[in-house]
Amino acid sequence: MKWLLLALVVVPGTVGDVLMSIGMKRHGEIEDFGLRNLLSLLWDMVRNPYLITGIVAMAVSFFALMALLSVAQLSFAVPATASSYLVETALAKYVLKEDIDAARWAGACLVSIGVVLASL
Amino acid sequence: MDRFLRHKTLVVSLVVIASNAFGNYTLTRGMRDVGSTVSISPLPYIHAMLDPWVVAGVVLLAIWLITRLALLSWADLSYVIMVTSTAYVLSAVLAKVFLGERISLIRWTGIVLISLGAFIVARTFPSTAPEPEETEE
Repeated sequence: MKWLLLALVVVPGTVGDVLMSIGMKRHGEIEDFGLRNLLSLLWDMVRNPYLITGIVAMAVSFFALMALLSVAQLSFAVPATASSYLVETALAKYVLKEDIDAARWAGACLVSIGVVLASL
Repeated sequence: MDRFLRHKTLVVSLVVIASNAFGNYTLTRGMRDVGSTVSISPLPYIHAMLDPWVVAGVVLLAIWLITRLALLSWADLSYVIMVTSTAYVLSAVLAKVFLGERISLIRWTGIVLISLGAFIVARTFPSTAPEPEETEE
């Protein structure tokens, strides 16, 4: 049960972030937070399939984490959530074609280790 | 233009980080008042929504979602996740200051590593991905 919940935290969480990133790049750059831009973003959140799927995936991940924390210790969930920084960086490189230089990899490693330590 | 993009990225990142940390804090505070609500019935959740701390938490997390999406409209995912991970740092500080939680040396070490990682990534250029081929509007 807890392994299933862990998978439901990690997989929708990382995939959801990638989908939201694709969805927002397609939406186009938000120049400022004027009412018009906010309404256009809210409208896209119910119409853009990448954003809809991404937000649903994020919600699944959030509720799976709540459920996981009710059946397992936080220390069981943390290594997986910490490693998601590295997994998402790899997905950003190969799926989103972002330029991941040494600084980005170094940052991902430091943040992952930091998240583990900060939860102890 | 690049300077403007960097400034905009910095300001919106700070809003994402602050709304995340303060949102978590106010929600935690509110759920303490309300008590545990693990239920299938919607009633306890509706009751929880009447607590001002919970309302503040929900509003802040809505701001977090909108500003994070806005940030992703121009910045790389690999940039956004690392820079906004400093919300962990701010959350820990809030928990210490307002909820009186003790932070051990090893947790401080983790907090320093997260800050360092976020700082290194924040210095890279926020947007490196190619433009999508078909854009709407």
